[in-house]
Amino acid sequence: MSREYVIRRLLIVVPSMLGISLLLFTVLALAPGDPFGELASNPAVPPEVRAALRAKFGLDDPVWSRYLHWLAAMVQGDWGFSFVSRMNVDTLILQRLPTTLIVIGSAQLLAIVVAIPVGVLAATRPYSVFDQIASTFAFIGFSLPTFFTGLLLILVFSIQLDWLPFVYRADINATGWQFYWEHIKQSIMPVTVLGLFQGASLVRYVRSAVLDVIRLDYVTTARSKGIGERKVIVKHVVRTALIPVVTLVALQMPIVFGGAIVTEQIFRVPGIGSLLISSILANDTPVVMGVTFVFACLVVLFNLMADFVYAWLDPRIAFR
Amino acid sequence: MASSVVLLLIVLAIALGPLLWRVPINEIDFAAKLEGPSWTHPLGTDDLGQDVLARLLYGGRVSLAVGLCAMLVASFVGVLIGSVAGMSRGSVDAILMWLADFFLSLPQLPLLLLIIYLFREGLKNVLGPEGGIFVMIVIVIGGLRWMPVARLVRAQILSLREKEFVEAARALGASKLRQVVRHILPNALGPVIVAGTIDVAAAIIAESTLSFLGLGFPPDIPTWGRVLFDAKDYLDIAPHWALFAGAAIFLAVLTINFIGDGLRDALDSRRVL
Repeated sequence: MSREYVIRRLLIVVPSMLGISLLLFTVLALAPGDPFGELASNPAVPPEVRAALRAKFGLDDPVWSRYLHWLAAMVQGDWGFSFVSRMNVDTLILQRLPTTLIVIGSAQLLAIVVAIPVGVLAATRPYSVFDQIASTFAFIGFSLPTFFTGLLLILVFSIQLDWLPFVYRADINATGWQFYWEHIKQSIMPVTVLGLFQGASLVRYVRSAVLDVIRLDYVTTARSKGIGERKVIVKHVVRTALIPVVTLVALQMPIVFGGAIVTEQIFRVPGIGSLLISSILANDTPVVMGVTFVFACLVVLFNLMADFVYAWLDPRIAFR
Repeated sequence: MASSVVLLLIVLAIALGPLLWRVPINEIDFAAKLEGPSWTHPLGTDDLGQDVLARLLYGGRVSLAVGLCAMLVASFVGVLIGSVAGMSRGSVDAILMWLADFFLSLPQLPLLLLIIYLFREGLKNVLGPEGGIFVMIVIVIGGLRWMPVARLVRAQILSLREKEFVEAARALGASKLRQVVRHILPNALGPVIVAGTIDVAAAIIAESTLSFLGLGFPPDIPTWGRVLFDAKDYLDIAPHWALFAGAAIFLAVLTINFIGDGLRDALDSRRVL
């Protein structure tokens, strides 16, 4: 991976971030409703005071100057103040972000660990019984919306069997191993819901990527050299087939975040997804904007990482 | 094949069901609340004693209508942008495709929630609580799903515009619009239909997700997601309520996805193996 490629790819991030900020600001600016709407209807506030306040906060400035002000504030880390939580938006989001990242990360890990072996096995024996079963389950898996799988798991494992808690608690008062055990126990269901949904579509990608590669001449060459079937698959086929899968995983990221919001809401995981929903229900605009922006940044970041991994796996890419 | 039969049954049930099953969706009967399936209420009742079957049949109309309309919006925008990009090479094409890539990398659900959060009140005042939310959900879901169709159409146009029959049309003096509408698009329809089918399923899931988060339709319109949202707090005492609603969403989405997959196999001549 050449340095030039890294720099060029990093420079693409700037316009996408600007684009996202512009889009968010446009949506906000187009929206009906006035942050000073309450003041306008309050008879105790004289019109001169209202006009002075509007002028002070720059609400009468032209749109582009408001956008620049807003952008400058965002860049400097001044994300506004949460009306409901009575704290700065950036601290609030930073408190919640690790939980979300842990849940999403473990779910991705689970998806990859399940999907790659299943997809490869299915592709090495196409249209066999195993392939049929795996494909059917993959299809069912990504047709099942996350909110329904979540409820099903709660019904079976929390209500019927009473094995797992269905409310995620941040304040577990246990120490040592007990603490970690409780945390693992309450994470199992959210991670499973998200991971299996991801894994289901991943199985299909892996299967078709392996199928594309397995008929190529260099694989036949490897076989004819007398390399064992297992080694051919693992060392020759899978390594090549996984390159496009990296991109597909990155392209799935926006959907993963959608699933994470739903999952956090069902299991009451205190991450930024449930923060988004509760802020929407509480009309807490600065937090809603902040969280949406963070989600967009995360997607850009994951795309960037995927491109780097891609260039590292496939050196040809850097010369395009 | 089986899936088209099941989907047809679902559609028929939704279309004709409310005519045959004449139980009102909002008849409150506290004596019969949270009852399991029985002869008077085949799918049981909810926390207000309302008939779940009647509510699901009615809600299915809304859910499927949202899915179809959002698909139409997405396909229309996608075909339009894809055709413009495909026919005009150069900077217009580059900008439109950059726009498609940009939209593809947006986190859809957070953005959907943001837009609904900001615009809900305004549209409610203009179009009424039900119409407003319907129009907004359809436009937003459709507006965030046009990119795959646009890319497909552009790719098809790039290859088809060099074919002899299009060249013949051009030689006869057909305008660009006529070339696209009469000659190129009919030949590019296959992949668009497949993408559109899958869009219907995705839009149904998106609408159910919104309703499930309590941010979609108001409670008096029992879409499938909304029923599930109401039912989730009674999982321990009335699991049938959530199960039937979830099963309805699942069956509809699964069959539509299967049909899309079957169509892809039927329309795509390049099959693996």
